[in-house]
Amino acid sequence: MLSILGYNVGPMLAQGVLGLINGAFYALLSLGLAVIFGLLNIINFAHGALYMIGAFVAWVLLNYLGIGYWPSLILVPILVGCFGMLIERVLISKLYKLDHLYGLLLTFGLALIMEGLMRNYFGSSGMPFAVPESLRGATRLGFMIMPTYRVWVVAASFVVCIGTWLVIEKTSIGATLRAATENPALVQAFGVNVPRLVTMTYGGGVALAAFAGVMAAPMYSVNPSMGSNVIIVVFAVVVIGGMGSILGSILTGFGLGLVEGFTKYLYPQGSGVVIFVLMVIVLLLRPAGLFGKAA
Amino acid sequence: MAERSMLEVRGLNAWYGESHILHGVDFDVNEGEVVTLLGRNGAGKTTTMKSIMGLVGTRSGSVVYRGQETIGMRSDLIARAGIALCPEERGIFSSLNVTENLMLPPVIGPGGLSISEIHALFPNLKERAASQGTKLSGGEQQMLAIGRILRTGAKLLLLDEPTEGLAPVIVQQIGRTIREIKNRGFTVLLVEQNFRFAATVADRHYVMDHGVVIDMIQNHELAANMDKLHDYLGV
Repeated sequence: MLSILGYNVGPMLAQGVLGLINGAFYALLSLGLAVIFGLLNIINFAHGALYMIGAFVAWVLLNYLGIGYWPSLILVPILVGCFGMLIERVLISKLYKLDHLYGLLLTFGLALIMEGLMRNYFGSSGMPFAVPESLRGATRLGFMIMPTYRVWVVAASFVVCIGTWLVIEKTSIGATLRAATENPALVQAFGVNVPRLVTMTYGGGVALAAFAGVMAAPMYSVNPSMGSNVIIVVFAVVVIGGMGSILGSILTGFGLGLVEGFTKYLYPQGSGVVIFVLMVIVLLLRPAGLFGKAA
Repeated sequence: MAERSMLEVRGLNAWYGESHILHGVDFDVNEGEVVTLLGRNGAGKTTTMKSIMGLVGTRSGSVVYRGQETIGMRSDLIARAGIALCPEERGIFSSLNVTENLMLPPVIGPGGLSISEIHALFPNLKERAASQGTKLSGGEQQMLAIGRILRTGAKLLLLDEPTEGLAPVIVQQIGRTIREIKNRGFTVLLVEQNFRFAATVADRHYVMDHGVVIDMIQNHELAANMDKLHDYLGV
């Protein structure tokens, strides 16, 4: 086995690849958070719960309506995104004139309610969700056996992240979104219906979370606490990448997944905290985050 | 005057939070005119512009644009009715390049200038199309701020101190632009500190003080009223 400085390269690469898969979820979730934070100035604490709801809706569609994984991958983000728009219209939009803290508290409360309701209906033990037929199996890579589904997760989330970034950076709707993030009052005075843009943006961020939820369903058991398990790490990712930075959240998401994976090999005891240690260091040295602009 | 009144402002009051800024502003702008609001700092000129556009916290009174009462309307609907603002701070977006800034305001009706016509008016904007909006010089940013509202088909343009802090040669270019857009049938409400500049472009001048309009002077009577004007403006 090849080794560098006494470390076996094979197992290290294997952990890195596994980390990249976690990173795919970090990237999708932190991207949605960043988009929402940019325009709404709200730290969406319900993001993890909406990711969990995405997984549950996919499970319900499969088990009650026989709608499979592939249609769910499109359908669930639309359904949950609409639910998100409803939340924004009915609840969050009432808080824009108040301090940001109120939005955070509201979405935190919503997260607890959603989690509680799911636990009440489905229990907390978690439910299996079969990997779709076409993505079963695995490839022998030499240093590890790589399940096909995990390759798909990394590829799909990478494509969705880059697609979202392109929409925001290269299209006219993206330009309107960026402008509204800077100065919503002026953009509205040009004739843009900014409240509607805000609602759609929240819906879009939520749809990304739901998409991640559907992708997670066959990998992790579908359970009510799956959102709260991942969201704390995702918040750390967003802080490290820089609040509101789109590209930053994507790169940081994948990057920190990798860091976590390598740490699992190099110093397994540290793998649970390495992201938070990095967060502390970044906050001390660059409070605006690696990709953020100083306020 | 026989012209049709395009904008009728009556008893306009405006507040920012607790502070009452406008105390019953009255004036008219006729179709095809260039009208200025003159006055000292803090007289309420910018607040008047923002109130017309629906950008102040609270406003009351009446602002009728082409027969339509706009006082209770949201700013995006006022814009869609045909009014466009070039704000004092220019409002160029740093996360957008020059072309994106130019294309940002949605087209709300026919009659706007094409991109090539805007580039003909402001050649700098063409050269710097891919630059970040806020990397432009002050003069170029002002051209961008004016250019982008010419595209939309808005017929009443509110220009808030377009010459502020600019070099004389740029001020002249902006003056030519205002005369050019007047010839094209646009109506302009202009806020100016510099009444010598205002005199080169405007048909009429309203003088504001302490949140009300205190006088109206025809441009051709400006010379005869110079003493009065100096007194009003404290220059």
